[in-house]
Amino acid sequence: MSNSNGTVRIGVYICHCGSNIGAVVNCPAVAEYAAGLPHVAVSRDYKYMCSDPGQELIIQDIREHKLDRVVVASCSPLLHEHTFREALAHAGLNSFFLQMVNIREHDSWVHSDHAAATAKAQDLVRAAVRRVVLHKPLERRQVDIDASVLVVGGGIAGIHAALTLANAGKKVYLVEREPSIGGHMAKFDKTFPTMDCAACILTPKMTQVRSHKNITLWTLSEVSQVSGYVGNYEVKVKRWPRYILEDACIGCQECIEACVFKQGKTEDEFNEKLSKRKPIYIPFPQAVPQMVLIDPDNCIQFKSGRCKKTCVEACGERKAIRFDQQEAIETIKVGAIILATGFKTFDAKRIPDYGYGVYPNVYTSLEVERLVNASGPTAGEIVLRDGSTPKAVGIIHCVGSRDERTNRHCSRVCCMYSLKLAHLIKEHTGAEVFNFYIDMRTPGKGFEEFYQQLLNEGVHMVRGRVAEVADWALDPSEEGKLVLRVEDTLAGFARRIPVDMVVLSVGLEPQEDADEVRRLFNISCSPGGFFLERHPKLAPVSTFTDGIFLAGCCQGPKDIPDTVAQAGAAAAEALALIDAGHVEMEPNTAHVIEEECSGCKTCLPMCPYSAITFKEEEHHAWINEVLCKGCGTCVAACPSGSIVQNLFEDEEIYEEIKGVLNYA
Amino acid sequence: MSTTKPTQKSYLYFPGCSLRATGKAYEESMLELFQRLEVPLEELDDWNCCGATSYMAIDEDSAFMLSARNLSLAHQAGGGRDLLAPCAACYLVLRKTQDYAQKYPSIGREVADSLKTAHLPAMNSVKVRHPLEMLYNDVGVEKLRGKVARHWHGGHIACYYGCQTVRPYSEVDKAYNPTRMDELLRAVGIPTVDYSLKTKCCGGSLTGTIHDVGIRLNYVLLKEAVRKGAQAIVTICPLCQFNLDTYQSEISKQTKEHFDIPVFYLTQLLGWAVGGDVDKLGLQRGVSGRKAIKDWMMSHEGVESYV
Repeated sequence: MSNSNGTVRIGVYICHCGSNIGAVVNCPAVAEYAAGLPHVAVSRDYKYMCSDPGQELIIQDIREHKLDRVVVASCSPLLHEHTFREALAHAGLNSFFLQMVNIREHDSWVHSDHAAATAKAQDLVRAAVRRVVLHKPLERRQVDIDASVLVVGGGIAGIHAALTLANAGKKVYLVEREPSIGGHMAKFDKTFPTMDCAACILTPKMTQVRSHKNITLWTLSEVSQVSGYVGNYEVKVKRWPRYILEDACIGCQECIEACVFKQGKTEDEFNEKLSKRKPIYIPFPQAVPQMVLIDPDNCIQFKSGRCKKTCVEACGERKAIRFDQQEAIETIKVGAIILATGFKTFDAKRIPDYGYGVYPNVYTSLEVERLVNASGPTAGEIVLRDGSTPKAVGIIHCVGSRDERTNRHCSRVCCMYSLKLAHLIKEHTGAEVFNFYIDMRTPGKGFEEFYQQLLNEGVHMVRGRVAEVADWALDPSEEGKLVLRVEDTLAGFARRIPVDMVVLSVGLEPQEDADEVRRLFNISCSPGGFFLERHPKLAPVSTFTDGIFLAGCCQGPKDIPDTVAQAGAAAAEALALIDAGHVEMEPNTAHVIEEECSGCKTCLPMCPYSAITFKEEEHHAWINEVLCKGCGTCVAACPSGSIVQNLFEDEEIYEEIKGVLNYA
Repeated sequence: MSTTKPTQKSYLYFPGCSLRATGKAYEESMLELFQRLEVPLEELDDWNCCGATSYMAIDEDSAFMLSARNLSLAHQAGGGRDLLAPCAACYLVLRKTQDYAQKYPSIGREVADSLKTAHLPAMNSVKVRHPLEMLYNDVGVEKLRGKVARHWHGGHIACYYGCQTVRPYSEVDKAYNPTRMDELLRAVGIPTVDYSLKTKCCGGSLTGTIHDVGIRLNYVLLKEAVRKGAQAIVTICPLCQFNLDTYQSEISKQTKEHFDIPVFYLTQLLGWAVGGDVDKLGLQRGVSGRKAIKDWMMSHEGVESYV
């Protein structure tokens, strides 16, 4: 614990972080205090320690004052531990001779009493000074990276990320749980504000995925297990049976025609349950892979075993229909993972005031997307459930967004898609269209211009949150209509607006199983439930788990251009990682002191990363340091104290505790 | 299912001012109904004003104290019995006092201090209940169905829940689409209509203060009930009942539309269905729809014990 002449020489650096720390903590006083602590050779305060001159200060001091330990009191180590470790290495010192003290998040940002905050900073610095004396030199180890990538979710985000990687020559596995890729975008009719046909721009990319030699596409599949670590993930993928032999089906769909059901009887999920499908079906005309599937819950052969199997007859020699197909598990090795698991739309039934599920002519925006779509249930006709054309339509914005009762976040896309639907409804039906909004949010490229265009088209804009959609009539003009009651906050009075059709612009929410997926991939969620990025500004597609990246709406609501941009960024990050060929592993891992291990096996089931194995012949536990993430669980669990974790040795922690308590 | 009957749970009963005045029919019919259902009820001894409406609006602290005294007395009455508050305003203010005393330490301390000064025990642990929820959960739809003694041949009913029993506390029923009154009435053979205004405002005391607004709100409620095919309205709040019942002739005059439909308490209809004495259900007290009340409920003694 000392350099050549037997003494330890510590440099202490107190950062002002501009006024972030300096305005609350008296940094010069802390530096002065630290100068008087044992072993401290240099103690300074500086405006920005993370800046180049700040780092240079440390490097020079190490050289001039022959420092062999460094304490930096600044922000969270999450932010700049790496920066300062590099500075130490640059000066020729082992980078693990550093200890950081967080006097920003843990002190200046959470306290207002300046004197007490300064005293706390001094306590924390004293603890770090006593701890760092015991630090040992450690080395990072290098591990090779598997050059393939797993993309989870086949919406536009997953599709774009997969194609970007595959075009760069990387092997990609694209896993999608629905029978076709395409995601929500495949359900849309037009895209705002350019009014490109969604299918026209999406389907070429979908077919590229299918035909790309570097992409393995697995639909009706779900990741069931993830193990390993950055660069070397082992992933198990569960593949549900399609009951169709993928290599044999040519997508002729003659089997659908031949099915014993003359009419579909099952609610069609792709059409938002606005139409019926048969038990053997293709989700939508441009589905990729272009092949049918069987829904065993509704197929007579599966339910009774006594169907005439006219579908098998129609398929003939191709013999693609396989009622005996079983679930299968595929195991793959990948270097990086991109999560593009998307979103779900808000369940409008949660706001009973708007009558969704009560009044048949209250629709969700996604249902209207299907109605207006040429391949939808009405072949593009916007008609009510009784087949008539609406003469007046009300579109309610922010349903399940910006609402204390449901979701507080803005879903970002609803203003624009509501305008788009208003335009399409007016164009298709000539109806009077009313948009009820809280604020119009049109900040994207060409968005405000589109809003202006809609105003010129004569769409009515009413600023106010709708109180209720009801069927009670005050006068004959309201009979048989849905009445929207709303305070028009620009006109300054309450209004009753009778319409024939109500469209609820439902917000975007995390997927139902986002929390399970989060646990599966060992990442975090933001308070709203969307996946948490590593840093909101500087690492927006990374996660806290190395090698796992985010793309699209699983990270938060966003529109198609933003999703595609983010998917490209995630692909680039994954490429940068795997093209490096190897990763450096942090050395804060645990190891077993073999002579002291009693072989009780207590630690084995504790490890969340399956890094511990038991060596039967030698009768002791052994930790694979490549798999170990340094969580410390086994260290705490070991009854004989024979597991030691680098950088977190008992002596180091005790010394830190004694230091903070000022205990001799 | 099971034939062995557990000992019937007994309840404390908080009448409040309404049930002794304009809402007399509510009390009468409830007592008759509970007797038929063999539900023991004991009036809370020495109860005082619940602290609702004007008190709550003008001096919240006093309202909490008044309410707390009643809760404390209920606690003192012992037996771990629940306190039944049929008036919606009483129910809400008692429930709110408990909630606020727990949620806001300053209110809790103030209430506790004043109870101590009055040498009263703390008010916690008493459960405040409303008859609708109590009938639904403790008596149950099935038991009521089994107790039916009269066959309904009257009109369809619009169930009007009002605001105070379902919001902000939703223990009595769902906040925006309550259905328990409908379920109970259908169980005893009385048909109800789908009434989308079931939790909208009856005007409360506005009929007395800003009369025009109060009248208009009641007009909307009546008109929509009739439009939905209802020939009567049923309520669980004395103020709702009063407003809807007594202003029908005035509304008819103003709007040139004719309204003359009965406005019942839930306990009147249930009490009638389970064979309650028609003279003890307060049916003679209703102002509107007199003919319907007579035709449906008072002149068909012959069909009484058909079970």
